[in-house]
Amino acid sequence: MNRPQNWRQWALIVLGACGALLLLVLPLALIFARALSGGWDMMTGALGESDMRAAIALTVTVAVITVPVNVVFGVMMAWCVTRYDFRGRKLLVTLIDIPYATSPVVAGLCYLVIYGLESAVGSWFNAQGMQLMFAWPGIVLVTIFVTSPFVARILIPLMQSQGTEEEHAALTLGANGWQIFRRVTLPNIKWGLLYGTVITNARAVGEFGAVSVVSGAIRGKTVTLPLLIEQLNDDYKTVGAFTAAALLACMALLTLVIKTAMEWRNRAQEPDRHSASPATLPTTPPPTH
Amino acid sequence: MPTFFKQHPTLPGFGLTFGVSTLFVTLVILTPLAGLLVYTSQMSLAQYWSAITDPRVVASYRVTLLGATYATLAALVLGMLLAWILVRYTFPGRALLDALVDLPFALPTAVAGLTLSVLLAPGGWVGQWFAPFGIKISYAFPGLVIAMTFTSLPFVVRSIQPVLEEVGPEYEEAARTLGATPWQTTWRVILPALVPAIFTGASQSFIRSLGEFGAVVMIAGNIPFRTEITSLMIFTRTSEYDYPSAAAIATVVLAASLLLLFLLQILQGRILPWQRPGA
Repeated sequence: MNRPQNWRQWALIVLGACGALLLLVLPLALIFARALSGGWDMMTGALGESDMRAAIALTVTVAVITVPVNVVFGVMMAWCVTRYDFRGRKLLVTLIDIPYATSPVVAGLCYLVIYGLESAVGSWFNAQGMQLMFAWPGIVLVTIFVTSPFVARILIPLMQSQGTEEEHAALTLGANGWQIFRRVTLPNIKWGLLYGTVITNARAVGEFGAVSVVSGAIRGKTVTLPLLIEQLNDDYKTVGAFTAAALLACMALLTLVIKTAMEWRNRAQEPDRHSASPATLPTTPPPTH
Repeated sequence: MPTFFKQHPTLPGFGLTFGVSTLFVTLVILTPLAGLLVYTSQMSLAQYWSAITDPRVVASYRVTLLGATYATLAALVLGMLLAWILVRYTFPGRALLDALVDLPFALPTAVAGLTLSVLLAPGGWVGQWFAPFGIKISYAFPGLVIAMTFTSLPFVVRSIQPVLEEVGPEYEEAARTLGATPWQTTWRVILPALVPAIFTGASQSFIRSLGEFGAVVMIAGNIPFRTEITSLMIFTRTSEYDYPSAAAIATVVLAASLLLLFLLQILQGRILPWQRPGA
């Protein structure tokens, strides 16, 4: 990596920076400018409204349930496909990519068809007094679907590149499975796991398409923050919409900060290794050993 | 005789992790998809056919495919440029730019759609410069393309960046000492090495754009036959409680995206690695 040497290289940098400014920086700046357009009091006023507070509470609840489920699954999945070599391993890795390639609206519809009142499963749950669709459990279910690949897809390349020597050493020294994971694997993957967790959280909090299919958009009950943004925007309540947007943008920025911190840690530890990004499909991993 | 294990497991925990993984994949991912197929299979063929060939739905396929194609091309151009300057040069603000590239991935899509639509509206910060020329961006097709470009940009940059880091400037220097012009170096040395990464990034951004919903519906204006995407058609049919039609259209979308996904996996695994220098 060099300092740019001639005007042509500087021109490329300026061109790229302008593109990023237009497409990335301006939209971000606009969110905060609009949220604060009516002054600080109007923004805090919008935050205090009951619809907004209900949406925040629901969104946090969904994330609190979704994230641990997908973190546990992601770690187990990554362990399973990087620590053993069995038939169908590649298939399993491909299957976990399905939610990634599925349109969120299609995902929502799948759940609606299975767990809706018309279906056998849905009517059974309804008979037990539990409504799944157009209620919060449905929102949780589709959010779990949509955000299921992230932890696994970040950990798989990471654990693949780290190999199993350290785990085998621990095994020969008499450690049991939990001790190996807790004392050997976890310290090695902690930054990747942290990033996987925050990106799962970011996508869970921000999920729109799948949630809008199964939510029913009942004000104060099944409206998450992203849905509230759309409702407020349709009602021309710009400050309210952008206040909710600003909250979500803060979460996104925090996610980026944690990711950058993780990359710096990784670079400091091992200069050659590329940090895992969920924005790339993991290439089919080579056999372990 | 083929055995289940290609190599016998030595580390403990296979039963637990394999059991949980397959159970989760089956319950969370495969069952709902199968449910959709079963639901659709209850329709008659004529019913199915008329649902997926409704003129408004066919127009939505066209809008979605066209939008995703343009967006992928736009994301490729900007993404390659960004990947190139991020890998090759140091300049003030480089680390910030590198971090910002992931913004579309972390920012909820509804937020992206909202802010882009206001930014590009006739009175917006950017839209006001286009309005005098009669160019409408928000609530029109260009806005739809820009929303898809926004959400797919990180996929292109993050696919190309590591490969570009691997190829290194040595190749260009070698080409130059052998008398290649900068143009020849770009087209005959750098680009061929990047082909697999470009292909991966492009197909991911295309798949992503086909399925994008939140960002697009907030900005596209959703005019039937002109800026209505297929995901929105499914959503509209669902809110009309016409679940069979919605499910029929969803199977078309699902088949297309799964086909692309599997094709991509096969190409990545079998064909493309041969082109990688040193791989």
